[in-house]
Amino acid sequence: MASNLPPKPTLEHSTTTSGGLAHEHHERPRGMLRWLLTTNHKEIGTLYLIFSLTMFFIGGIFALVVRAELFQPGLQLVQPEFFNQMTTMHGLIMVFGAVMPAFVGLANWMVPLQVGAPDMALPRLNNFSFWLLPVAFTLLLSTLLMPGGGPNFGWTFYAPLSTTYAPPSTTFFILSLHMAGISSILGAINIIATILNLRAPGMRLMDMPLFVWTWLITAFLLIAVMPILAGVITMMLMDINFGTSFFNAAGGGDPVLFQHLFWFFGHPEVYIMILPAFGIVSAIIPTFARKPLFGYASMVYATASIAILSFLVWAHHMFVVGLPLVAELFFMFTTMLIAVPTGVKVFNWIATLFQGSITFETAMLFALAFVVLFSIGGFSGLMLAIAPADFQYHDTYFVVAHFHYVLVPGAIFAIMAGVYYWLPKWTGHYPDERLGRWHFWMSVIGVNLTFFPMHFSGLAGMPRRIPDYALQFADFNMVSSVGALMFGVSQLLFVWGVIKCVRGGEKAPAKAWEGAEDLEWSVPSPAPLHTFDTPPDFKPVTH
Amino acid sequence: MSGGSYYVPESSKWPALGSLAVGTMMVGLGALLVHGRGALVMTLGLVAVLSVMYLWFRDVVHESRRGLYDAQMDRSFRWGMGWFIFSEVMFFAAFFGSLFYVRTFAVPWLDGEGAKGVAALLWPDFTASWPLLNPPSADISGPHEAVSPWQLPLVNTLFLVSSSITLTISHEALKEGYRLTARNWLIGTLVLGISFLVVQGFEYYEAYAHYGLTLQAGIYGSTFFLLTGFHGLHVTIGAITLAVMLGRIIKGHFTRDDHFAFEAAAWYWHFVDVVWIGLFLFVYVF
Ligand code: HEM
Ligand SMILES: [Cu+2]
Repeated sequence: MASNLPPKPTLEHSTTTSGGLAHEHHERPRGMLRWLLTTNHKEIGTLYLIFSLTMFFIGGIFALVVRAELFQPGLQLVQPEFFNQMTTMHGLIMVFGAVMPAFVGLANWMVPLQVGAPDMALPRLNNFSFWLLPVAFTLLLSTLLMPGGGPNFGWTFYAPLSTTYAPPSTTFFILSLHMAGISSILGAINIIATILNLRAPGMRLMDMPLFVWTWLITAFLLIAVMPILAGVITMMLMDINFGTSFFNAAGGGDPVLFQHLFWFFGHPEVYIMILPAFGIVSAIIPTFARKPLFGYASMVYATASIAILSFLVWAHHMFVVGLPLVAELFFMFTTMLIAVPTGVKVFNWIATLFQGSITFETAMLFALAFVVLFSIGGFSGLMLAIAPADFQYHDTYFVVAHFHYVLVPGAIFAIMAGVYYWLPKWTGHYPDERLGRWHFWMSVIGVNLTFFPMHFSGLAGMPRRIPDYALQFADFNMVSSVGALMFGVSQLLFVWGVIKCVRGGEKAPAKAWEGAEDLEWSVPSPAPLHTFDTPPDFKPVTH
Repeated sequence: MSGGSYYVPESSKWPALGSLAVGTMMVGLGALLVHGRGALVMTLGLVAVLSVMYLWFRDVVHESRRGLYDAQMDRSFRWGMGWFIFSEVMFFAAFFGSLFYVRTFAVPWLDGEGAKGVAALLWPDFTASWPLLNPPSADISGPHEAVSPWQLPLVNTLFLVSSSITLTISHEALKEGYRLTARNWLIGTLVLGISFLVVQGFEYYEAYAHYGLTLQAGIYGSTFFLLTGFHGLHVTIGAITLAVMLGRIIKGHFTRDDHFAFEAAAWYWHFVDVVWIGLFLFVYVF
């Protein structure tokens, strides 16, 4: 299967070092303590990635509980109360525990290597950002065992469901989200400081790889909106525990205020989960098309415009809540406007492929699937953006289909593409292509089986977040559930592939991929613990 | 230690201990709020958080004084502090945004105004006003009086604005190498900051004891205490930071051109001051 791939670059032909590489450092703590106390960006990156993978499986199991219940109409496996907790926890864990930490982990590993920095700008803070997460998510998961159960109001936790009618554990949910939020803000500050301050001499902003650019902008978004989330959950905490009236009309407040605050955070948040993905894909496609990225500058400007626009579209999630007409129109048009810079990106990727000498390594397969399937999610987003049409689609499975297309074959495929792409740099071995292809095809088929039918059941009116449904949706749901199981199981192949690659495999040279040009490919594979102790010589590549 | 000039610390135990401490504090706080017990755990956590902060910062001060930090490190700290303050700005933006939303939309709509005036059906007798002294539902008893801006809040505005000025004088003195002058003006700043907190505490007492203005008194009380409360918390943090800087000035830690810790504390203080101006205008005056 893998035989039609080009030969890998040979070990000899690789450049060995550039920039100062480290001599052995001081005696370091060993065993568990080493990981607990580390300040090294590579180790912390690894911790983030392992954490994220763990959460991915926990969140995945919750999703499978949901899909198992929805396999057939009627109530068979779980109580509706528990079903609600499963949908809610699935969303929360995937968003805050799996996707976001995965990107932070990749940033930890790759940003210093791509800008030629010795480490992150604030290494101890980096360690703090990471270790807040296991604490936060242990607390979050423990709410499932508390009296009254865990969060059951959806990952968007709308008031008054999450205040007046919420289980007692909601206070713990709020506090754990506070910790995750602090972790994100501190992590983002660190990434921004690294990018702005620790670039190799001679690397201008417009010389940076796109993964670095997209993370710079993502970090800005994180610092701008995570505090809004902190604010809104603080107001919830006060409504619940101190009798304030923020989201209570009886006292002059307004539950709709909750939605405004949440989505002012929430929409930029979805871009937080996709911009770094754009960066990864923009690194992989040129490498395996053996052509420089088409339209580098326009990619940067498109990313920046998406980030700015993302502050002006939040109420497209609230078309049916009863907004004044001007607001409906304003948010409809700004939302559609976002499709323009997004389209610029998709065209640039396609133009990069045009006349390239393309090979289909696993990383490239995931990146190409990303372009196609993410675009499907973008298109369904455009349909949802049409306010009058959204009156029909809102809170149906069509929305579920939309955001899963942008998040699963979008964000998560990009993360996996990035892992396959950088594994040689991390481990010194190439991932097994055969296993990679099995993983890829099983995932692509599984994802589409799961989420494509949801478009139809949604358009026909099947509501989301309900454990039972009318008989006419039975076939679509059965297909979705089978697909979900297939997707879930195939992720075990991913774990197997990664473990195999860590333990051995074909040796990779410094420049592991023939077409890869960025700075990380100038240090040996596996990258030693300390790289670029003295800044490398940076020669700008012309974009 | 690395061969390069950028200082990358070897492993440190404070971050991991810090997150454990934060976790303990949160579990204690949650248990206190939900089950009414947990004060001990929370206090333990808080003490642990403060101790870790103390030890962590102490390490940083030592490293700085040993000359391990170069100009690039200094810039990392500057970017770090700058973006941290930006995150705080956004935190307050959420609260100011809520205040504006409630005042321009939610409350008037409840009185039947505008496109969404059907909300008036809920409580037909309700009349909108701001400050809202008569919450829609009779279950919630509103305050009988609003806080006048021209008494204690005005005094407090004078305190905080002048504290920003005295702090700037202290900073200028430090930059010129007049350590004693810097110390004295910093003491002045702290006195003003603490006076602010005392006055604020008195205002809260008045609100609770005489105005019936409480957290439970409807949306006016909610927004009032949310904004002034979090601001007051920030003044407290800022004052503690400045007190630490005072100690470090007295110990002679700062030189004319190397005193970023002081500058960072000053940035923070000015930020807190600017937030107060916003509060004074939109919570009290208008
Ligand atoms: C062309 C770009 C996009 C457009 C026009 C768009 C539009 C929309 C609209 C109008 C909704 C609200 C539908 C409703 O609730 O009735 C929505 C929901 C959603 N979108 Fe998008 N979207 C786009 C891209 C993305 C991306 C890139 C992501 C994430 C990576 C994303 C994640 C989500 C999520 C998570 C929800 C549902 C939230 C919930 O209610 O639980 N979208 N989108
Ligand atoms: Cu959105």
